[in-house]
Amino acid sequence: MARLVLNQLSKRYGDFFAARDVTLDVADGEFLVLLGPSGCGKTTTLRMIAGFVEPTSGTVRLGDTDVTRLPAWKRNTGLVFQNYALFPHLTVAQNVAFGLEMRKVAKPEADKRVAEALELVRLGHLGERLPRQLSGGQQQRVALARALVFRPDVLLLDEPLSNLDAKLRQEVRVEIRKLQQSLNLTTVMVTHDQEEALTMADRLVVMSEGAVRQVGTQRDLYERPADRFVAGFVGRSSFLQGALEAPQRFRTAGGIAVACNADLAPGAATMALRPERVIVGPSELTEVDNGFPGEVEFVSYLGGLIDLHIRLSPQDLVIAQIPNREDGFMPEVGDKVHVGWTTASAAVFAGAGSAADSDELQPD
Amino acid sequence: MMGGIDRRTIGRWALTGTAALTLFYILMPLISVTWLSFYAQEIPSFPPQGYSLRWYASIVGNERFVSGLLLSVQLGVSATAIGLAVGVPAALCLSRFRFPGREALNNLLLLPLMVPGVVLGTALYVFHVEAEIATGGEFQILGSTVGLLSGHVLVVIPWVVRLVLASLAGFDRTLEEAAHNLGADRWTTFRRITLPGILPGVVAGAMFGFVASFGNLEMSLFLVGPGRTTLPIAILQYLEWKIDPSIAAVSVVQIVLIGAAMLMTDRFVKISRVV
Repeated sequence: MARLVLNQLSKRYGDFFAARDVTLDVADGEFLVLLGPSGCGKTTTLRMIAGFVEPTSGTVRLGDTDVTRLPAWKRNTGLVFQNYALFPHLTVAQNVAFGLEMRKVAKPEADKRVAEALELVRLGHLGERLPRQLSGGQQQRVALARALVFRPDVLLLDEPLSNLDAKLRQEVRVEIRKLQQSLNLTTVMVTHDQEEALTMADRLVVMSEGAVRQVGTQRDLYERPADRFVAGFVGRSSFLQGALEAPQRFRTAGGIAVACNADLAPGAATMALRPERVIVGPSELTEVDNGFPGEVEFVSYLGGLIDLHIRLSPQDLVIAQIPNREDGFMPEVGDKVHVGWTTASAAVFAGAGSAADSDELQPD
Repeated sequence: MMGGIDRRTIGRWALTGTAALTLFYILMPLISVTWLSFYAQEIPSFPPQGYSLRWYASIVGNERFVSGLLLSVQLGVSATAIGLAVGVPAALCLSRFRFPGREALNNLLLLPLMVPGVVLGTALYVFHVEAEIATGGEFQILGSTVGLLSGHVLVVIPWVVRLVLASLAGFDRTLEEAAHNLGADRWTTFRRITLPGILPGVVAGAMFGFVASFGNLEMSLFLVGPGRTTLPIAILQYLEWKIDPSIAAVSVVQIVLIGAAMLMTDRFVKISRVV
């Protein structure tokens, strides 16, 4: 395994940047996840690492080598494809052996390593089967064994779980992560599923429109989103449009003054609030800096949790998520309530988003 | 209610009847020619006056039929081999790359299938004559095996291109990327991954191309040299002055040969998946 460094990697098709100045440093043994909506450039970036897309500019370094201009077959990367791409006319064992064969590994040694790799993914008994005789989950594990058996410098995963059903996905997530940690594999995974990303990654890269928006741990992204996009994409946020009047004072479009901690110049701004950080009560809230009266407009019962849409003014709506407790406060549509949040839990970003942006609440 | 069931029953009978009639129509020539080939008498008249294998014996003894068959097989095999060498790469290019004139090339490669054999034969004949004049008569093209073979290659190519294109359409290209990722260069990937994937199309193309070349009459009439005839031409010439069941016997031999080849290939490669 090796360190992987991308330096200002770009791919341009005419005027369109599929990826723009992507700079990343993946440490030896690190699990990095590229996260973003479709078309954000994460797959293009992965394909540039694998050598299927030639970058317009920038470099890819794998270990001590600059592989930017090397064809895919001369790079030592192991890729697990979204559809697994198992060779249908070869048996499971032959599929796994293919990479070793290309590297001219002697037959006895290759057989031994194929057996080990299949054992690693618990498919030792299925080596003689053809791919179509396996279930989706088993095929996925064959693809993983095939990508690992020749000891690649970096393991690349292209939405590897998207073709599995929900229950299996949970298991395979854990399985891949454990394998990655025990073998100390430098890994780059692409996904649009944020839960998958959050559970598997050491660090995450949020991408949008070809560019990297933020790189950080789960905690970094959730607690300190770099911009409005990240705040809406990782976890959920509800947004208040308005303007920053002073570093400590935000005024909403509906005219409500909110105390905040913003490190920005005054001007049009957007405030992002995590629904679970918004407190709701029947009477005026005293324990927070910001407390406002509002009216419950919509209630979504999610079982353990309840989502409340609370209108503060004709222009301002916040979403609060409260736990469902037997003795808890349980407002209904039309109830007058009080909401509040601490200054620390609100993030403020420069620029006004359009009203339609509030639809971003549950991206996916 | 009763009326509905009745109508359905009638519909089913009509369908079965039409299917049976069509099948009969298709099989009738095959059955009658096979039957005829076993007639004992020389003039094919009904009812037969007994059965014999003498017509099969007679075709083996007929030098024109035997040499015609040999030439047709040689031509078919060589034309198919060359047709594959040209057609498979052509199909790969047509399906992989977008380039100006791609549609035109696609149509050009299928053209020999659409042009009537007589027209194709005339065109080649004239071309061969002109080519001989242009080279000062130094190379004999007209009536040569090379000239005949070049025509048969033209007949084979459309089949190969069409059927390989069809199987390429169902071929998952990420398999090639997977092979590259595992360390296989372009040629190794083609040999180990792409070719096995499109094999049904290649085999079917070769098979149909061979049959088209083997059975070609009209174009070949223009291109054969004196004393050299293909089997279909030998049959035609025989028919011009004689009608006896040996013609039927030759046909049955052809049908059996081609049918056996189809069945054998289908055991290894499922042609039915492409055609």
